Amino acid sequence: MQPVPAAALGARLGRRLQDWTPAAAVFVLALLAWQGLVTAFHVQAFLLPKPTEIAQAFWENFGTLWSAGLTTFEEALGGFAIGSSLGVLAALALARWRRVGSAFMPYAIAANAIPIIAFAPITNNWFGLLNPVSKMVIAAVLCFFPVLVNTLRGLTSVHPSSIELMRSYAGGQVSVFRWVRVPSSLPYLFSGLKVASVLSMIGAIVGEYFGGPIDALGVLILNDSQLFNFPRAWAGIVLASAFGIAFYAAVATLEHLTTSWHPSSRTFRSE
Amino acid sequence: MSEAGAAAVSARDVTKSFGRGGVTALERVDLDVQPGELVSLIGPSGCGKSTLLRIIGDLIEPTSGEVIVNGKSAHRARLDHDYGIVFQDPVLYDWRTVSQNISLPLEMLRWDKRHRTERVREMLELVELEGFEAHHPWQLSGGMQQRVSIARALSFDPALLLMDEPFGALDEMTRERLNMELLRIWEASGSTIVFVTHSIAEAVFLSTRVVVMSARPGRIAGIVDVDLPQPRSAETREQPRFFELVTEVRERLAAGGADRITAAALAEEEH
Repeated sequence: MQPVPAAALGARLGRRLQDWTPAAAVFVLALLAWQGLVTAFHVQAFLLPKPTEIAQAFWENFGTLWSAGLTTFEEALGGFAIGSSLGVLAALALARWRRVGSAFMPYAIAANAIPIIAFAPITNNWFGLLNPVSKMVIAAVLCFFPVLVNTLRGLTSVHPSSIELMRSYAGGQVSVFRWVRVPSSLPYLFSGLKVASVLSMIGAIVGEYFGGPIDALGVLILNDSQLFNFPRAWAGIVLASAFGIAFYAAVATLEHLTTSWHPSSRTFRSE
Repeated sequence: MSEAGAAAVSARDVTKSFGRGGVTALERVDLDVQPGELVSLIGPSGCGKSTLLRIIGDLIEPTSGEVIVNGKSAHRARLDHDYGIVFQDPVLYDWRTVSQNISLPLEMLRWDKRHRTERVREMLELVELEGFEAHHPWQLSGGMQQRVSIARALSFDPALLLMDEPFGALDEMTRERLNMELLRIWEASGSTIVFVTHSIAEAVFLSTRVVVMSARPGRIAGIVDVDLPQPRSAETREQPRFFELVTEVRERLAAGGADRITAAALAEEEH
């Protein structure tokens, strides 16, 4: 990329800030309304605590929360890595062997409709309550399908002329994958990965609701709400969301870096 | 099989039918193209001109008959990278820059990097796209994209260039400019060109010979020798002989495919 002059950089930053101003305003207004309404109608803390109470609980329990967050995030990340890798491998295989693909796809789609988190008690039983693998498996299964379906769509939606071109260069299946299918599937892969990043956090936390180490967000949120420590339960939810958003943003950044060629990011180049 | 110094392309008794006892796209086609010629295939839609081009390129197989390219079977010629091909759609890869698109066949042929860079620079010069090497395809106009496609097809210096309505999707002005450029490139590269078009004026202007085809089944209805002086220029289009040849091609089309000449082909002649 060409170096950007400082003035242009400043202008771009200014525009970014302007773009974000409405969203930030909505966030602040929503918090204020929440605080105001809960105070005005004397809503009890077990129904909905005030944002200030949640913030206070967050601050006072930061060490505990953060450590629990990391445990959960590690499970999510592990599940994401396993599920997404298997999803990509399956997509490559199904794109390569169409017969196999047409034999398996109906089941893959049907399996996608199974409420996978219902298996959480079973995986806890298989791998042990305290074993992070029991949560990773749930997260992995959740990640598998969106990555498989999106990547497969990317691998197979290739212009027929692209394949003719490869044939004209005496290229076989391997060339078609290497030079055409895989690179053109990247934007699709990333839409799958973005969905998977969010699902992996959900999978890990729901897995923990069915039992897990005390030092995990799902367990902490569950225990706190049973002990009427609602501000801290909410603080746990806030942290879980923060991890989910950060994970999503990390994947989106990676997408931006690797597929900046994609026409959808053309604003990025045309200044 | 064929004697040395023989035709660049030699089709003998080529028949192609699609499906079981289905449509006959080509029936007993014989065609010889001498080295250095620029031969156009013209005819109404459904006359099998693109099919014939693809059979020459070994992208589809004839039902019967034989095609010899550069003294070997069309299949062998494809594996030996004896031809470059340009489609109506430029088929450029969005994730590659202009330079990278041009060097794609060179990478597949495992040319070393220095050799590649040098060749790409020559090609950019040939198609007059210096300064655009770092652009992505979607940042270029349709005419420029097609020039990249031509540069890519010629990058590995094939003896034969196959072109399937390469300028069919472009506006009239861009098309006429690219016709001039193609003639310049043809002269500079010394390659043999087989050019599919449905524009009579384009065929007459570019070619040394125009092969007129008729539809259902696809057959060669006649061959018109274009005795316009070389090199051709903008004035060529104003010579009385040009109009005589255009008329001759049109009459052969009418005799061969009768009323089935596409409205598009006729409309183009009104300019």
